[in-house]
Amino acid sequence: MPHQIANRLAEATCRIILGKEHAVRLALACVLARGHLLIEDIPGVGKTTLAHVLARVLGLQFQRIQFTSDMLPADIVGVSIFDQREGAFRFHPGPVFSQLVLADEINRATPKAQSALLEAMEERQISAEGRTWPLPEPFFVIATQNPAEQIGTFPLPESQLDRFLMRISMGYPDPVAERALLAGEDRREMLARLQPELQADELAGLFAAVRQVHAAPRLLDYVQALLAHSRQGPGFAIGLSPRAGLAMLAAARAWALLAGRDHVQPEDVQAVLPAVAGHRLRAADDAPLLPDQLARRLIEAVPLPG
Amino acid sequence: MTETGLRPDQAGWLIASAAISLAPHVEHLPPALAAICALLLAWRGAIAAGKGRLPHRFVLLSLGTLVVGLVLLEYRHLFGKDPGITFLAGLLSLKLLETDSRRDGRVVLLLCFFMQTGQFLYQQGMLIAALALLGTTTAIGSLLALEGPPLAPKVRLASAARLALQGVPLMLVLFVLFPRVQGPLWGLPADAYNRVSGLSDNMTPGDVARLSESSEIAFRAAFTGELPPPSERYWRGPVLNLFDGHSWRAGRNDMASRPSYAAQGVAYPYTLTLEAHNQRWLLALDFPGDAPGLRYGTDFQLMSAEPVRSRIRLSLVSYPHTPVGLNATPRELREALALPAGSNPRTQALGVRIRQEARDAGDILQRVIADFRRRSLSYTLDPQPLGRDDADNFLFDTKEGFCEHFASAFVITMRAAGVPARVVTGYQGGELNPVDGTLVIRQSDAHAWAEVWLAGQGWKRIDPTAASAPRRIDGGLAAALPDDGHLPLLARSDLAWLRTLRNQLDALDNRWNQWVLGYNPARQKALLSGMGIADADWQTITALMAGACAVAMALLTAWALRRRTAADALDRNWSTFCKRLSSAGLPRAAWESPQDYAQRISTLRPDLADTVNRIATEYARLRYGPAGIAPAALQRLKHAIKHFHPR
Repeated sequence: MPHQIANRLAEATCRIILGKEHAVRLALACVLARGHLLIEDIPGVGKTTLAHVLARVLGLQFQRIQFTSDMLPADIVGVSIFDQREGAFRFHPGPVFSQLVLADEINRATPKAQSALLEAMEERQISAEGRTWPLPEPFFVIATQNPAEQIGTFPLPESQLDRFLMRISMGYPDPVAERALLAGEDRREMLARLQPELQADELAGLFAAVRQVHAAPRLLDYVQALLAHSRQGPGFAIGLSPRAGLAMLAAARAWALLAGRDHVQPEDVQAVLPAVAGHRLRAADDAPLLPDQLARRLIEAVPLPG
Repeated sequence: MTETGLRPDQAGWLIASAAISLAPHVEHLPPALAAICALLLAWRGAIAAGKGRLPHRFVLLSLGTLVVGLVLLEYRHLFGKDPGITFLAGLLSLKLLETDSRRDGRVVLLLCFFMQTGQFLYQQGMLIAALALLGTTTAIGSLLALEGPPLAPKVRLASAARLALQGVPLMLVLFVLFPRVQGPLWGLPADAYNRVSGLSDNMTPGDVARLSESSEIAFRAAFTGELPPPSERYWRGPVLNLFDGHSWRAGRNDMASRPSYAAQGVAYPYTLTLEAHNQRWLLALDFPGDAPGLRYGTDFQLMSAEPVRSRIRLSLVSYPHTPVGLNATPRELREALALPAGSNPRTQALGVRIRQEARDAGDILQRVIADFRRRSLSYTLDPQPLGRDDADNFLFDTKEGFCEHFASAFVITMRAAGVPARVVTGYQGGELNPVDGTLVIRQSDAHAWAEVWLAGQGWKRIDPTAASAPRRIDGGLAAALPDDGHLPLLARSDLAWLRTLRNQLDALDNRWNQWVLGYNPARQKALLSGMGIADADWQTITALMAGACAVAMALLTAWALRRRTAADALDRNWSTFCKRLSSAGLPRAAWESPQDYAQRISTLRPDLADTVNRIATEYARLRYGPAGIAPAALQRLKHAIKHFHPR
């Protein structure tokens, strides 16, 4: 059963990332909906570990790129080097050519470097040396950034934020989870021992199962009402794009699958909405609202149809 | 929703609505104001297209003052139909120029609806009704555009038309049952009837010629049997007896409720549908038999008791060969001989000369006719201007004239020769509409002829025009004129297709008149008594109308709700469930999803947890699940909710 497999993934991840079940499930839902994930939080709360664990349990080929301010696009996509034996240039693929790319501290790199990665995210291919190189299938980017650090960073513009299906934050663990973390084993060692939870074609099966989760007309009405309110209602300077609508539905489907249902319910949409819409919405009055509060404002303004 | 500016498509809809609402009014607006309205609309259109911005309030204020000034200049006051409509037209165009919000847009549309109603103050024809329907549909479309997202105009117009169509049953009920009043319902007495043209009870040479340029319909006649020959188609109007040297006026005319002659000879029964002309005379074919409710003048005019202020239908029988005025009173004959001294001396001299040569009255008549024929007078639509003595100038100098010149000169000559004579005005001829077989008589068929009194024969009709242009009588106006150049377009005979089209349209218009505009209190009563409600007074009709409206609305509502299906039953049950929990102090937030709601209640009221969770889960499964709403599951849920009474 697809949802059992999905839950197995969630449980395996939660064994290492303690006390962060909601964030873990959101991250999984994002991957199952075939979207890229942006994790935004202060250092040390387990952003990178989450990315590592996901790569492991999903059995994906994994590369980490640490973004720095002196980074060049070639450091990401690869470079052509003259091969003396062959007497020609040969393209050496960069770290982006892997199934799961962890782009650590993405906002530290210059926009030029950032856009090299973001282009790959959108096109799922690399154009270099006049040729096009397809990226592996599946292809995910999990990017992290530190919101508190402002000096020497290049914040992602809205158009690039929009390419991430979700933006989540981890937050501090609760006392019980933290105690377990302190008392428990070294996470690095646990990671090293972690075995993939998926068979070869199970991930593809999961993707297909997500696509087949039923969205009733009344549910689509609700999604449309949310989109319409974000565009026309008071309180929002920038509304949700159609792409955001598609993302919301895809994420809600994945969330419903994780919840073991064959159809989407409004609470699925509401559950993923802060992560999906938080980085795409802007408060009209420039109120200093957290993304979650802004999403809450949207949810509570739109009645369920019917 | 936030009030931001209008989208270009919304502005476009508003401008189109205003243009369609104003277009039919152009005909009666003062030209200066019509031009201003057109300019303002064009200006707003340019702004909507992105050229320039809405004008400053000060500009609008001065433009508004200009409009008020123009209205005052044209009409001297602001009240009444014409000034009111003109004023509103100006305001509508100005309002558009300050409209940049949905609220203002609604005001504009209200004005548009009002202007469309205003059209009917002037005309109630079919074309105007069609235009009003188009205008209403456009205005409804604009309302939709104001509230909705931008859509293709075709789609929007289609939904507006659907909405208008849904109003049809209610419209029919109101049309049939709204208590009818005689005459125009609105309009001040001063201007309610002022746009009526036609004959009048005095005649100065040139009057009838002016009428001949109008193709407006005067009346229609539908003969039940055979049509009278063209030479018998004289529709009698005002009889003019008094002459002051220049104009002819009606003389004394006493009324009786029965004709003073005994009708005899061939009979032609027909139905006359007379357009409103705001006068008392009816235009009957000579000479009408006895008909109840009508008045008969001593000069054989058929009169109505009240001025004809709306279109009326009369059933009449005519006896053209009836001798009339066999025993005319001496006073009447004296009046028919009077001539002002010194006017038209040459014509009077001609009459005196003929009397000296002739044996008797009959001979005088023959000689005058022969004399007229000899003079080779010609018949023309625009005669040269005649001087003070019209008849003299006509007979001896210009020799060109219209029928009233012929009639006037003839009667003066006869009077000078000592034979009682008078001018009769009315209509002659008419055109047969082959589509519905009615004879259509237009203002251009207006005619003037003469009557002379001969002892033993009474009043005899003599048409002096026929003496010089006999084809006028047999073939109508077009045949009498030497070339078609001066004829009104519709009177020309070479445009056969145009005539066919006109006939078709006219037949349609006639039907519209009979069935829609002719639906008067009498017809309403007849229809109601046909439905078994005899002698309905207005209270009964009003009650009936209210009842029928309620029924129509109920049927419409039922139709609108016909799609109430299982989905709606599910919603109803769910809302019952939520209402019960709400009365128990556990209301559901509008945005709260069923499962979350159940979860919240479970923590607040653990005693209800089981039932609430079961119901909420089941509802959500039916509502959002892929299997749809199975009747059995719906029944189970219904049952569970029915027995759910939290407290």
